Amino acid sequence: MKKFGLALLAPIIALAFAIGVAALALLAVGVSPVEAFGLMWDFGTTTTSIASIINRAIPLYISAVAVAIGFQMKMFNIGVEGQYLVAALFAGWVGGSIVVWAPLHIAIVIAVAVTVGALWAGIAGALKVTRGVNEVVATIMLNFIGFSVVGFFLGNFFAVDSGALNQSTPPLPESGQIPGLNWIFTTLGFTEPRGTELQGFLIVAILIGIGYYLLVWKTRFGFDLRASGANPGAARMSGVNPKKMILYTMLLSGGVAGMVGLSTMFGKLHAYTQDFPRGLGFAGIAVALLGRNGAIGMALGALLFGFMERSALILDLNGIPKEVVQIIQGVVVLAVVIAYEVVDRFIRARELKAANEATKAIGSNGQEVAA
Amino acid sequence: MTTDTKSPSTSTKRNPFADMTPARKYTLYLVAGLLVLSIVQLLEGTNQLTAPGTWSAALRLTVPIMLAGLGGLYSERSGVVNIGLEGMMIAGTWFGAYAGWQWGPWWGVALGVAGGALFGLVHAVATVTFAVDQIVSGVAINILAAGSMRFLSSVIYTPETGGGATQSPRIQDFIGTFDVPLISDWANTIADKGWFFISDASGIIAGLTTGVSWLTLLALSFIPATWWILWRTKWGLRLRSAGENPWAAESLGVPVLRMKYWGVTLSGGLAGMGGAYLVVVQAGIYREGMTAGRGYIGLGAMIFGNYNPFGLLAGAGIFGYSDALRLRQDSVHGILLLIAIGIALLMIVSLIRKNYQAALSQAVFAFLFFLWWVLTDDVPGQIVTATPYIITLLVLALATQRLRMPAADGIPYRKGEGH
Repeated sequence: MKKFGLALLAPIIALAFAIGVAALALLAVGVSPVEAFGLMWDFGTTTTSIASIINRAIPLYISAVAVAIGFQMKMFNIGVEGQYLVAALFAGWVGGSIVVWAPLHIAIVIAVAVTVGALWAGIAGALKVTRGVNEVVATIMLNFIGFSVVGFFLGNFFAVDSGALNQSTPPLPESGQIPGLNWIFTTLGFTEPRGTELQGFLIVAILIGIGYYLLVWKTRFGFDLRASGANPGAARMSGVNPKKMILYTMLLSGGVAGMVGLSTMFGKLHAYTQDFPRGLGFAGIAVALLGRNGAIGMALGALLFGFMERSALILDLNGIPKEVVQIIQGVVVLAVVIAYEVVDRFIRARELKAANEATKAIGSNGQEVAA
Repeated sequence: MTTDTKSPSTSTKRNPFADMTPARKYTLYLVAGLLVLSIVQLLEGTNQLTAPGTWSAALRLTVPIMLAGLGGLYSERSGVVNIGLEGMMIAGTWFGAYAGWQWGPWWGVALGVAGGALFGLVHAVATVTFAVDQIVSGVAINILAAGSMRFLSSVIYTPETGGGATQSPRIQDFIGTFDVPLISDWANTIADKGWFFISDASGIIAGLTTGVSWLTLLALSFIPATWWILWRTKWGLRLRSAGENPWAAESLGVPVLRMKYWGVTLSGGLAGMGGAYLVVVQAGIYREGMTAGRGYIGLGAMIFGNYNPFGLLAGAGIFGYSDALRLRQDSVHGILLLIAIGIALLMIVSLIRKNYQAALSQAVFAFLFFLWWVLTDDVPGQIVTATPYIITLLVLALATQRLRMPAADGIPYRKGEGH
C-alpha cells in the first residue's frame, strides 16, 4: 500500500511542477496564473465541456493502450500515428461503400480498421523478426510511408470527389454510425450538453481498457509479454519464443492502434477526410508515459489531456495565450518520467537497505548463537 | 555496402570489389551512377535529373537533414539514442527566425544552435543524470519543444505585422551566396550544350557550384571535421568509448558522463543549426511544422550511413535529391527507371558475389519497377515523397547485418557501475 502511494506521488509531483512552469510562463507575459487556471476550471467543468473532454480522451486512450502493449515488452511502437491513419482510411472507405444491418456494419468497420492497423504495424514486426531491423526506426519510416499511402489512395481511388478541397471517402450511411450518449447526462440529472454529443464509441474504449487489463495481467500471454520485457533471457529459458512474441505484440499493438480514429469517424465526421485529426499517435505515447501503462492510469492521463485541450479554449476568449497548455503537457511528460525513475530508485534503495539490515540482524543473531 | 565480410566462407572466394582501393571504388560508383542518370534521361526525354536547378535544390534540401543526422551521430556515438532531434530542430527554427528577424541571419544561426543545444541539454539531464529511458525522453522532448515554441510564437509573434500564432515575421535578409569561380561558369556553359554524359555531369557540377550559401559550405565542412574529431582526436576517442564500452572507459579514467553530456548537447546544437538553416537559407520565415519530420529523417540517414559522417551525407543526399525531384513534377516518372536500374546493378553485384538467392529477389524487384515504368506515363507525387523512406527501410532490411551501431548505444549508464 505504501508502495502504491509512492507510485501515485510521482505523477502528482510532475503535474505540480508542470503547472508551476506554466504559471511562470504566464507571469512572464503578464497574466495572472490564478485567473487563468480559475477560468479553465470553471469552463472545463460544465457538462458540455465534460462531454467534449471525454470525446477527446477516447482516441487518446486507445492510442495510449496501443503504445502500452508494446511498452510491456520494451518495444516502442512510435508508428501508431501512421497505423491509425491508414486504418481509418480503409475502414472509412469500406464502411461508406456498404449498407447492412447496423451492428454488423459497425463490426465490419471495426474489423477492417483492426486488420489494416495490425498489418501496417506487422510490417515493422516482420522486419524486426526476420531482418533484425530496429522497430523504432522502422515504425518512424512507416509513419511517413503511411502518410503518402493515405494521400495516394484517397486522391486516386477512394475520394467521392477527387477535385474537392477537402477530399473525403463516401460518407457512412445511417447504419454505420454510432448514436451518441447524451442521455446519460439527463438520466443522471445533469443538464444536457449543448452542441456536443458524447460519442458512443466510449463503450468500445472502455472495453478495450478492460480487455487490455485482463490480457496483460490475467493471461498466460500477458505474463509472457511482461516477462519478455523484464528479462528476455529468462523468458526465453522458460519456453517463450521471442520472435513469435515480437510479432504478436506488434500485431496486437497495431490492431488497437487501428481503432484510434474510429470514435471520430463513427460519431462525428462519418467519413475519412483530408482534415482527419492527426497527431493522436504521438499524443498517445505521452498519455501512456503519464499513466505508466496502467489501464486506469492511462485513462486518467487521457482525461487530463482532454481537460487541458478543452478548457484552454476559454483562454483565447480572454486574451490569454491558450498555448500555455502545450507547455503543461510537454513538461508534465518529461517531469513524470524523471519522477517515476527517481521514485523507483528511492524504493529500490529503501528495499536494499531494509534487506541489508535484515541480513545483518540475522548474522549477528547467528554469531550470538554460535558464541 | 561492398566491403567484404570477414567470414571464412567468403574470404576464400575472390571478390573483385575487395581488391580495389577506396578511391578507385568510389570513382567507379560515381561514373556508373552518372552514366545511369544519363541513360535514364535519354530514354525519358528529359534533362531534369541532372539539371543545375535540380541539383542546387537537392543540395539545399540535403543540408538540414545532414545536420540533424550529424547531431544524431554525436549523440549515438556517445551512447545516447536521440529521438528528440525533431524537437531540437523545431527549437532551431524558432530561435533562428527570432534572431534572424531581430539581428540578421548569422545571429539566427547562432541562436538556432543555442536553442537546439538547450533542448539537447534537457535530454542529457534526463538520460544521463536521471538515467531515464532514452527513447521515452526523446519523445517527451519532441512534445515539449513543439509546445513551448507554439507558446512563444503566440506570445511574441502574434502582435507583430506578418507574424501570428503559427508564424514569424519575415526575416530581413538571407545568408549570402557565392559561385565557385571559373568552375561554375564553365560547368553552366557545358551543361547547356546538350552533349550526352558530359553535359549531364556538368549540369550536376553547375548545380553544386552556383549560388551556394555560405552556410551550406560551413555545414558541409562539418562532415570531414566530424570524421577527424571523432576518429583522430583524443576527445573523439573518449566520446566513442563512452558509447562503445562505458564501463571500461570509466575504469581507464574517461569522464563518461561528461562525454555523454557533450555528445547530446552538441547533438542538439547541430539539429538546431539544421532548423535555423531552414529559416535563414530556405524559407526566410518560421512556420509551425516547417521541419516536417526532418529530425526523424536525419536519424534515418545516420543509420543508413552506418553511424559514419560520410555515409550519413550519402543518406541525407538521397532524401534531398528525391525531395528536389518531387518539386519538379515533370521529372518524377524517370525515377522508376532509375530505381529499376539501381536494383539491377545491385543484382549484378550479388551475382558476382555468388549470392543467388538475393540476386533472384533483386531481379524480380528490378523487373517490377521496369514494368511500372513502361506501363505508366506519370507517377503520383505521393510515391516519390515516400521513396526515400522506402529506400531506408529496404537498406535496413537488406543490410542490417552490415550496419553496426555503437555497442552500448541506448543503454543507460550510471557512474561507478563498472566497479
